[in-house]
Amino acid sequence: MTFQHPDLTKLLFGRLTLDAIPYHEPILIVTFIGVAIGAAAVLGLITYYRKWGYLWHEWFTSVDHKKIGIMYIVLALVMLLRGFADALMMRAQQAVAFGPHEGYLPAEHYDQIFTAHGTIMIFFVAMPFITGLINFVMPLQIGSRDVAFPFLNNFSYWMTVAGAILVMASLFIGSFARTGWLAYPPLSEIATSPDSGVDYWIWGLQIAGVGTTLSGINMIATIVKMRAPGMTMMKMPIFTWTALCANVLIVAAFPVLTATLALLTLDRYAGTHFFTNDLGGNYMMYVNLIWVWGHPEVYILVLPAFGVFSEVTSTFSRKRLFGYASMVYATVVITVLSYLVWLHHFFTMGSGASVNSFFGITTMIISIPTGAKIFNWMFTMYRGRIVFDVPMLWVVAFIVTFAIGGMTGVLLAVPPADFALHNSLFLIAHFHNVIIGGVLFGMFAGVNYWFPKAFGFRLDAFWGKVSFWFWVVGFYFAFMPLYLLGLMGVTRRLRHFDDPSLQIWFEIAAFGAVLILIGIAAMIVQIAVSIMRRDQLRDGSGDIWHGRTLEWSTSSPPPPYNFAFTPVVHDVDTWWQMKQHHWRRPVQGFLPIHMPKNTGTGVYLAVLSFIFGFAMVWYMWLLAAVSFVAVLAVGIHHTFNYNRDYYITADEVSRVEAARVGA
Amino acid sequence: MSDMTMTASGDGAQEALTFHVIDDRHPENGTLLGFWLYLMSDCLVFACLFATYGVLGREYAGGPSAKEVLELPIVAVNTTLLLLSSITYGFAVLEMQVNRRGPMMAWLIVTWLLGAGFITLELTEFAHLVSIGAGPQRSAFLSSFFTLVGTHGLHVTCGLIWMIVLLVQVGKKGLTHANKRRLMCLSMFWHFLDVVWVGVFSFVYLMGVLS
Repeated sequence: MTFQHPDLTKLLFGRLTLDAIPYHEPILIVTFIGVAIGAAAVLGLITYYRKWGYLWHEWFTSVDHKKIGIMYIVLALVMLLRGFADALMMRAQQAVAFGPHEGYLPAEHYDQIFTAHGTIMIFFVAMPFITGLINFVMPLQIGSRDVAFPFLNNFSYWMTVAGAILVMASLFIGSFARTGWLAYPPLSEIATSPDSGVDYWIWGLQIAGVGTTLSGINMIATIVKMRAPGMTMMKMPIFTWTALCANVLIVAAFPVLTATLALLTLDRYAGTHFFTNDLGGNYMMYVNLIWVWGHPEVYILVLPAFGVFSEVTSTFSRKRLFGYASMVYATVVITVLSYLVWLHHFFTMGSGASVNSFFGITTMIISIPTGAKIFNWMFTMYRGRIVFDVPMLWVVAFIVTFAIGGMTGVLLAVPPADFALHNSLFLIAHFHNVIIGGVLFGMFAGVNYWFPKAFGFRLDAFWGKVSFWFWVVGFYFAFMPLYLLGLMGVTRRLRHFDDPSLQIWFEIAAFGAVLILIGIAAMIVQIAVSIMRRDQLRDGSGDIWHGRTLEWSTSSPPPPYNFAFTPVVHDVDTWWQMKQHHWRRPVQGFLPIHMPKNTGTGVYLAVLSFIFGFAMVWYMWLLAAVSFVAVLAVGIHHTFNYNRDYYITADEVSRVEAARVGA
Repeated sequence: MSDMTMTASGDGAQEALTFHVIDDRHPENGTLLGFWLYLMSDCLVFACLFATYGVLGREYAGGPSAKEVLELPIVAVNTTLLLLSSITYGFAVLEMQVNRRGPMMAWLIVTWLLGAGFITLELTEFAHLVSIGAGPQRSAFLSSFFTLVGTHGLHVTCGLIWMIVLLVQVGKKGLTHANKRRLMCLSMFWHFLDVVWVGVFSFVYLMGVLS
């Protein structure tokens, strides 16, 4: 037997051959070289400054919710660059591909780009952003030392990273799905998409989904079990409330995605007939299932953003949040209603007037609690002493932008109108309007707001404002033309147009994308400038914005144990009340603090899961089996480690607390 | 400061309220609650599979129907084994609560054997179906049947592996606090699978064969 034996090659490499490397695609080669140089530079610098040990011990294996939260947000920002690069390429293609000009992207590449853009922006930008913020902020807000399951938290993070890397790998090995971000069958079935693209999509999301579901469970258990004494449900900070509702939605929605992806996997790998055209399969079953996950997903993303806006509005208006109770009820009502609207994504399925009316009405009803929230924010600002710092600017931009997006959403909720607007650029404009104007603006507000808490110095305000104005103005230039084009009947995902009268609108949209590019560049400059000027921007008080909730009562950055003594809560705005009562931080009498130990198991499991996913994509059955068994073995081995905790000594706590300046 | 900043205690800014507790407060981190939440998320996976079976379960595509291929006597034995295994797990937990390691492990082994018997019978049934040309590729009905029943079987298999791990850990470390917590989690998992099986038995087998 020689090494040329086809069976052995197939056993080891499956269907992966050298042809899978896209060396005939100049765009991808240039990207690859760019990524390779960038990666080599980063890895080289880490090695040069001997930071590997530091990164491994202090960050990668950390079970500290604050560090995990920061790592989630780093992942989100990195993936934002990738997702936005896809967006720029699409805008450029659509701005030039008219009449005789084919543009610069071949159809097969263009289709991968719009699929990757949607997938990455939702799963690997928006999701890590909100999970990261919740991770960092929520335990501090409820006066807790960590989350309920610190190791699980680390594991969840690395599974999300593994999924992201698998999706990124499709750039340079094989190709990504060409199906759109939800991979509707029958197009995503093996008969019509036989290559590795859809499989990358499936396994990337499946692996990341494990992390998301476990993280959801973790956060609910944390909020339910670990609140400081006195913090009843109606005294929880509003961001924690939205975090609770978002995580309930995660636990109640992501299993549906898991099951749906598993069924598609079986269709593609085992020849079953769930969503095929023949032998009894029904692809509308897939469309229903995926939106039973997909619609709650929208609220998973936007609820925490609402929470950020609430915190920022009340802090920067120097007022208690208007209508706290109504805000809580609105959040809960949105949580419940988000399960009763999924069919509005496909009114055109043909389910009849009664069913469509039901889902149209439930969709319109959602705008009522959302509208209540908008009024609550405006009444909070009313007669407040508003400080227009960067986080507050994002709130104002959000209220205006989101109101527009919400109204076009109500328009789409009318089934007869939807029949005309379904799958058009009007829809694209609508959901970018709410996701950028709602989720992304919220995350930017949150990052500017809590950055000083995380690092002990604030972000540079000038570059923050530059970034803000380019983002907001760029957003309107990029998406308002799409509303017009949608009303004129232009459908989504088109690579080329015949009618030259449309071109000007696409050029305006492309101009908007360039403005957003400048906004993103300004954001990077903002971070760089802030790090360089960190001594001028430093905050010793731990309460830079005159905050109202518990996270501002501890130092910036908080010590590993968060609070030397467990806070006792009497009011929603606990910290504000503590300041009113001239509370003095205790400086003696410290006790040893019980803490969880770091572990590398999360990283190992995620690496093995990545290998498993990659092997499944390429039909490398042997490697898949080995890595799957390895995942089980490492997981089981971890349970034999009973030595998982340690104590921070009272002396150490005294030393840390004494070193804290101010307050 | 605006007048909206009143505190819960009114304007009594000097009123003595305590704002921290000086003790090593260590809240129960809620493993059992977390595991419950996980079970509910798993329950939703089964809900999707049931819904899929509900939609596709009559799509025979010219192939065999449930009445033609499913055999109740085997399933009756199977169901008995699994329900019994839940009872024996209950006995194991009772022994655990009085800290009797030996009997606890004995009941756990009985549970394991019953579970293994369940899986063996299920695999025999699957092999038979495939051998008569009624495999999961034959029709949407069979796809959804194999997936629903197989997913349950996969969970039982995971439970069996977990049981072995716990037997080893209890053997090595005894009935420690951590091990008791794990035994309670597996207990919930095992009873949950029983409940799901009652659904599978009624919805797939009884309704399939008797309707």
